[in-house]
Amino acid sequence: MAGENVKRRFEYERFGPLIALAILFVISAVASPYFLQTQNLLNILRQVSYTGIIALGMTFVIISGGIDLSVGSMVALVGGVVILALNWLLSVFGEGGEAWAILFALIIGLLFGAGLGALNGLMVTIGKIAPFIATLGTMAIFRSMALYIGSAGVFRSESNLFPDLGMGRVLGIPNPVVVFISLAVIFAIILNKTRYGRYLCAVGSNPKVAMYSAIKVNLTRFISYVAVGITVGFSAVFLSARLNSMSSTNGGMNYELDAIAAVIIGGTPMTGGAGSILGTVIGAITLGIINNMLNMLGVSPYLQGTVKGVVIIGAVLIQRKRSQ
Amino acid sequence: MGEVLIETKGISKEFSGVRVLDNIDIGIERGEIFGIIGENGAGKSTLVKILSGIYTPTGGKIFFEDKEVEIKDPLHAKVIGISIIPQEFNLINELNVYENIFLGSEITRKGFLNTREMKKRTISLLEELKKSIDPEEKIERLSVAQKQMVEIAKAIAYDSKLLIMDEPTTVLTLNEIEILFDLMSSLKERGVTIIYISHKLKEVRNICDRVMVLRDGQMISVSQTGEVDEEEMAKRMVGRELSQIFPNKVSPSDEVIFEVENLTISGLLENISFSLHKGEILGFAGLVGAGRTELAEAIIGIRKKDSSKISIKGKPVEIKSPNDAVKNKIAYLSEDRQGSGILTSFDLIKNTTLISLPAYSKILINSKKEREKTKKYVDKFNIRAASLKTKLEFFSGGNQQKVSLAKSLDPEPEIFIFDEPTRGIDVNAKREIYRFMNELVKEGVSCILISSELEEIIGMCNRVVVMKEGRITGILEGEHINEEEIMLHATGLKGVA
Ligand SMILES: Nc1ncnc2c1ncn2[C@@H]1O[C@H](COP(=O)(O)OP(=O)(O)OP(=O)(O)O)[C@@H](O)[C@H]1O
Ligand SMILES: [Mg+2]
Repeated sequence: MAGENVKRRFEYERFGPLIALAILFVISAVASPYFLQTQNLLNILRQVSYTGIIALGMTFVIISGGIDLSVGSMVALVGGVVILALNWLLSVFGEGGEAWAILFALIIGLLFGAGLGALNGLMVTIGKIAPFIATLGTMAIFRSMALYIGSAGVFRSESNLFPDLGMGRVLGIPNPVVVFISLAVIFAIILNKTRYGRYLCAVGSNPKVAMYSAIKVNLTRFISYVAVGITVGFSAVFLSARLNSMSSTNGGMNYELDAIAAVIIGGTPMTGGAGSILGTVIGAITLGIINNMLNMLGVSPYLQGTVKGVVIIGAVLIQRKRSQ
Repeated sequence: MGEVLIETKGISKEFSGVRVLDNIDIGIERGEIFGIIGENGAGKSTLVKILSGIYTPTGGKIFFEDKEVEIKDPLHAKVIGISIIPQEFNLINELNVYENIFLGSEITRKGFLNTREMKKRTISLLEELKKSIDPEEKIERLSVAQKQMVEIAKAIAYDSKLLIMDEPTTVLTLNEIEILFDLMSSLKERGVTIIYISHKLKEVRNICDRVMVLRDGQMISVSQTGEVDEEEMAKRMVGRELSQIFPNKVSPSDEVIFEVENLTISGLLENISFSLHKGEILGFAGLVGAGRTELAEAIIGIRKKDSSKISIKGKPVEIKSPNDAVKNKIAYLSEDRQGSGILTSFDLIKNTTLISLPAYSKILINSKKEREKTKKYVDKFNIRAASLKTKLEFFSGGNQQKVSLAKSLDPEPEIFIFDEPTRGIDVNAKREIYRFMNELVKEGVSCILISSELEEIIGMCNRVVVMKEGRITGILEGEHINEEEIMLHATGLKGVA
């Protein structure tokens, strides 16, 4: 009997964000007749996918007890480098090799994102710098590098095919959404079903116990920063493909806020040690629906930040109530 | 006799529908030392947590100084005169000693913190406990015994009428226990009432006036300690007759399986050399600060060694991390259960397989295998848990210890270092653990037993290494393994230091 009760409370905790999303969904459907149109729903998903993808990696970092503030600037830097690389590859591969050039540019984007993530990871693990401070530093550095390389302007791609990657669809679903969902499945499996996921929670929950349990604490943390770097790589490539450009000044602006907000709304505690990828996906979609509704209802865009803030704080308050 | 200070009427407590305390009626007199004993999970901590405002009872009434009170929270308890030394440390690691002692009741002057006064009071409190700990030392840098002393200082800092001690001596050595008992006697003379929980029945008999036995949340008996001996207490706790505590010793083979030569860490350990035979239980005795835990941590690669030669079955090995230790089939059961042993936010299954996880997964974790293995340990050690998915924070202290043991055991080590393995474990479970160690050595596993309980060292070990201040003062064998010899070596009166 005890087991049952404990279980029920646990399930409630797990499905809390989902219930909130369902309620929001119903309210939106009632409030606006356009909301339920497939095109609108797909649009919401596409809009949230760029920060949603990053939020997946962010979930790992937060579970490990860290945070990454640099992801927004990283999007601009990686996006810029991808476009420069693409333009150069186009000249190397010539007319017929455009698809190859794009594929290589994608790989470069992922590797470069991983590399920047590794840099954050090294500072946090070997350098023993607090994650908040280390990534606050790289947030400034990455943005400034993007501005410098791009002369504070816009990186423009010379490819005609590149936008197809960003705008294309698979079975009617926009490419970035496909990437978001696929990565979410992979991240969820890693978190729940593999050794690494277990170690990540252990390290975030109590690094000393993890160390005594023969877990490589630094390596585990380091990998989480590389993971978020890779997600930034995906996000940057698909964002720059959609626009066929990347702004060094605005690209990825405030993405860190949305990514972290999605993680929090999804129920992953900021203290680390536990977390849920499904929650993060739900958190990202919740944010997207809120934005969409505010737009449709004609609320001033300046007020949207306020609503977002209230939702984040509310989510944390509810979670704390529940855990007591 | 005297006047009643605190009285409970029909106190009950349920956790998600399970009753863990059932209609407890007690009356404790002013100036009395009242013992509570019972098996792991009997409900001892739950009862005193209710009296100190940490839990609210599901039913029943509490009368304090003849008035009915509803104790809202620990601060309220402190204000009316009840303080507790909890079973698990409740100190903030990042703060220093005096900040912890005065946490929530800081001394101020004109609105500012009066740090000088707080430091002064801290020093005098620790002096009362005959401890010299720097009041500005961070808690995380203290040993478990020191943390316990700080926890005691914190409780007595506030002049309370009722002082509750939940297993305060599990991490202390004989000398410190004596200091604590002296303190308890003088508090008693001052009219302070003490509730004392312990699994060390001898202590309970010596220090307490009366003792209550709890079993499965039921009050079994309350008696004068003069009227019941330890055997009777144990019998009442378990509800049946118990067999002999220590099993017969098994003789080890001649084969040396593990050898340490000249292990040195400057300032901590000096030239430690010993060998461990296959199937042997090698005891490590000594006072606090002798460096036994530090030695264990050096062996398993947590502490950097300045020099050492370690060999397993004659082959030299390098152990630079706990991972190397596990690869070399060495297991370590930490003395600091919550600090380095178990993850309180993980469930039973995930704790059990934390070290041995590679054995459960190629790419994906085989959760069925995990669950089945965990069930085996639950049966083997009689771990009491609501379910396999229950987080460890909801386990009683002794049951957490059993999980910690299962976790170290799961990688199937050949060399097992036990650091205070029976800490916080009830008499019955202790017996089971001793029997279990015996089975292990019969199977050819070799054990190192670090313990502050001399009885345990004497009852279990084939040979005993005695340490003092980072050096080995003697290795005792046969009839030399007795209390007197061990203490003489531990204090340095005998043996080469
Ligand atoms: N917060 C909680 N939530 C759910 N169950 C709990 C909680 N705290 C204790 N329990 C359960 O209540 C029972 C009594 O626990 P308690 O901690 O009082 O035991 P104890 O007698 O102090 O044991 P030990 O000697 O091991 O410290 C146990 O079965 C335990 O699992
Ligand atoms: Mg207890």
